[in-house]
Amino acid sequence: MAALAQINKQDGAPELRRRARVLYAILALAFLGLVSRLAFLQIVAGERYTFLSENNRVRIKRVAGTRGMIFDRQGQLLVDSRPSFDLIFVPEDSSDPQNTLRLLARYLKRDEKELLKIFEEGKSRAAFDEMVLGRDVDWSEVVAVETHQLDLPGVTLRVRPRRSYADGPMAAHVLGYLGEINPRQLKTLKERGYVIGDEIGQYGLERRWEEILRGQSGGQQVEVDALGRRMRVLHEVTDVPGYTVHLTIDRELQAAAYEALKGKEGTLVAIDVGSGAILALASTPAFDPNVFARGIKSEEWNGLIKDQLRPLSNRATQGQYPPGSTFKIIMAIAALEEGVVQPEGHIQDPGFFFFGNRQFRDWKKGGHGAVNLHRAIVESCDTYFYQLGPKLGVDRIAKWARAFGLGEKTGIALDDERSGTIPDTEWKRKRYRQPWFPGETISVAIGQGYVTVTPLQLANMMAAVANGGKLYRPYLVSKVESLDGATVREYGSELIRTIEMKPDTINRVKRALADVVQGPGGTGGAARSTQIPIAGKTGTAQVIEMKGAYLKSEQLSYFNRDHAWFVSYAPVEKPQIAIAVLVEHGGHGGEAAAPMAKKVFEKFMELQKPAAQNQQVSADGDIRAN
Amino acid sequence: MQIDRRLISHFDWPLFLLCLAFIAVSVMTIYSANFDLDTGHAGALPARQVTWFGLGLVAMFIALSFDYHYIDRLAYPFYGMMLVLLVLVMLIGHSGGGSQRWINLGFFRLQPSEPAKLAIVLVMAKYFQPDESARGYYLRDLWVPFLIVSPLIILTLIQPDLGTAIILGIVFISMILMGGLRVRSFALLVGAGLAFLPVFWHFLRPYQQNRVLTFLDPNRDPLGAGYHVIQSQIAIGSGRVFGKGFLHGTQNRLDFLPAQHTDFIFAVFSEEWGFLGCAVLLLLYLILIAYCIRLVQRAKDRFGALLVFGMVAIVFWHVVINVGMVSGLMPVVGVPLPLVSYGGSALASMMFAMGVIMNVSMRRYVF
Repeated sequence: MAALAQINKQDGAPELRRRARVLYAILALAFLGLVSRLAFLQIVAGERYTFLSENNRVRIKRVAGTRGMIFDRQGQLLVDSRPSFDLIFVPEDSSDPQNTLRLLARYLKRDEKELLKIFEEGKSRAAFDEMVLGRDVDWSEVVAVETHQLDLPGVTLRVRPRRSYADGPMAAHVLGYLGEINPRQLKTLKERGYVIGDEIGQYGLERRWEEILRGQSGGQQVEVDALGRRMRVLHEVTDVPGYTVHLTIDRELQAAAYEALKGKEGTLVAIDVGSGAILALASTPAFDPNVFARGIKSEEWNGLIKDQLRPLSNRATQGQYPPGSTFKIIMAIAALEEGVVQPEGHIQDPGFFFFGNRQFRDWKKGGHGAVNLHRAIVESCDTYFYQLGPKLGVDRIAKWARAFGLGEKTGIALDDERSGTIPDTEWKRKRYRQPWFPGETISVAIGQGYVTVTPLQLANMMAAVANGGKLYRPYLVSKVESLDGATVREYGSELIRTIEMKPDTINRVKRALADVVQGPGGTGGAARSTQIPIAGKTGTAQVIEMKGAYLKSEQLSYFNRDHAWFVSYAPVEKPQIAIAVLVEHGGHGGEAAAPMAKKVFEKFMELQKPAAQNQQVSADGDIRAN
Repeated sequence: MQIDRRLISHFDWPLFLLCLAFIAVSVMTIYSANFDLDTGHAGALPARQVTWFGLGLVAMFIALSFDYHYIDRLAYPFYGMMLVLLVLVMLIGHSGGGSQRWINLGFFRLQPSEPAKLAIVLVMAKYFQPDESARGYYLRDLWVPFLIVSPLIILTLIQPDLGTAIILGIVFISMILMGGLRVRSFALLVGAGLAFLPVFWHFLRPYQQNRVLTFLDPNRDPLGAGYHVIQSQIAIGSGRVFGKGFLHGTQNRLDFLPAQHTDFIFAVFSEEWGFLGCAVLLLLYLILIAYCIRLVQRAKDRFGALLVFGMVAIVFWHVVINVGMVSGLMPVVGVPLPLVSYGGSALASMMFAMGVIMNVSMRRYVF
């Protein structure tokens, strides 16, 4: 209480009393301002506002910004947005909506029940809300509506840019598709100006590059009359088109890849060995992104997601498969670098390998006879690599596999990429809480067991082998441009790491890979081309373990058949392009996958010739410009 | 502590009755704003606002039950509590409409930025209660108050709640001016503020920058905020002199108005009651504020006068900014109309403020 008594001075607050007088003036002034404003709105301008409120009204017509175009590396158009007309109905503007729709059906020669059904379904919404009667209506309907505008109160047309994918499903998994923004996305993206009904990239580049491609939506604040016709534009915001995106994909090469794969389930990835630029990336079965652009029907969507062959999956980045014999490239490099092998020394292959009391069979009944490292790669001798397994140990194998980017995401700018698995003792302890059993190393040595990779990783590995050890990050977008052609951003090669190897190592492996295709007895002979010298390695990834009999793939049920691999690069001297092909349940890699790679390599060769001439011209141009 | 019998006879009936009048307007307008012509129901919100009013009455009577000089001791704990709550909002808060402002208490979602407005008044009244020197305060004398207030403002900006941050800032400035800041120093402060504007601007998110720019010029965003302002003006203007009558506002009925029972409730009211209704409502606020300024002059001591001033400053700035915003005089910032807008935290805080004013009013006779 003593403290309170001290504060309790009884003289009031003279300074505050003085200042309070000013407060009355401020108060009076402020309220005078507010009342004047209200008097203006309600008395002076009241009539006009009453008119606006009764005749309703001011409406917002939104115009989505035109989405950016996507070009291939040669400047060919892959994705475009073209104007389309949506048929819109605002029931509030029509005194008798049913009658208006009946008339509309007659003018459009459409079934009136169908239109009335749309109307009944949308009835629960507010009357001034727009109802979409038809998307992307054809030209004759546009003309019919425009001509009979006066008889059709509340019926309007809205221009909407519609996405158009020139080549349909050809590059579907790279380009992706658009879809209506979902409630969860809307919640997080509201601040960026998205509204209900907006389209947004849902897959592929359309999704990953949404911000770049999107542009900004604009629109008009318009005063409409009782029939819903616009009387005047009160305000306007012009829409800003999205940026143009240039891809590293070559449309012709992509077409060749898609053609080669058509009718199979599989994937083909082509990479520029000097930069990591993706030249083609096809995955089949594919889907047609145009279906999404026109508005996918629920039964179509259900068909896509329930399809056993998973057309929505990008097999190049999301498919994880055992690498099979393609893994022998890693094994050979590891063995040479770690010094556990005499490359010229021969071993005898009786057609099986014993580890402890367990027998591991070679794919070739009776074996390959006396083989050295070179022949082991060329003929894909399992026994040779079985015996290398224990010499290296799983941890050293894993070290070299990871050096080439296996078991880790490549970091390509596509969503939901998978990493695959490169096992080692540490991994197994964490995953299964078990020690590594030496016998398991034998399966790893031929790319089976726990080992899985994505086709993109193998393509990138081949690029690194081809260029002598430089592992680049695969990329798809080379340049972003504004509509007037000014460069906004440019992307180039990004080196992940340089893999240090002895020149002898890489030369031996590359000579062997060339002989796989070119040499006698090579497993990749089916890829031999008269137009371009190719080097590669076949692989056959077992889906089920075969006990006992040597069965031909054809003898197994489809989903149990082996996956076929072919990983490769060309030309043999001065390699430019690396290709990985996977054919699901395709059987032997040399038969199923190698010919597909060959077709794409030959296409690449064919495209190189005119390009070389062009380069000459542009080099001259540069000199002149300087 | 026992309540003196004389205190009860000095209970501030005019202030209490004014509060009741605002609550009546509030419930009535919330009812209208949510009334559905098809079903004939207005949903749960009007009844809930009555519940918040009950809660507010409790807050009010707590605020006037003890001698206001105890606030001197409570100011910093209260302030500390607000800081903790605002940090909690940041950590575990509930988001809505793009910002994170609420703490879920189960039956009630507390919006701590509302009572935080009171905290500023309490700590500033405490800080400025000693007699000022004849020369007044220079800016350098006020670094402590600046230090006290900035965390509150920064935390509300993070949410982000621009409206509350502006109210906090403007109430703070009102308090230091009333507390005795020299006019020349104030001018310096304004100058420095203007100079720091670009730095501050840099910290705003793009959509906030956009909202500020749209504030200054609604035409910048005719499809968003500008549209709301236009619709709000149409609602107010079409009410004309006598209004369209209770439950007959068409702008509101057709959902043209944004936040019709919270920040834009004045537009709903104006459409139905016209200029006359608005004039009466504004007159009620005018009487409330003028009455409180009179209390500032008659308070027994500096502490009481500053408390009353701070609380009424909150009311004044809310009314001016809210009505200015819905009528298109000012940019759209989320600021409720005191005692009328829907919202438990805002109503209870405002009634607590009224309780503090009544507390000072009752005890000016007691020696």
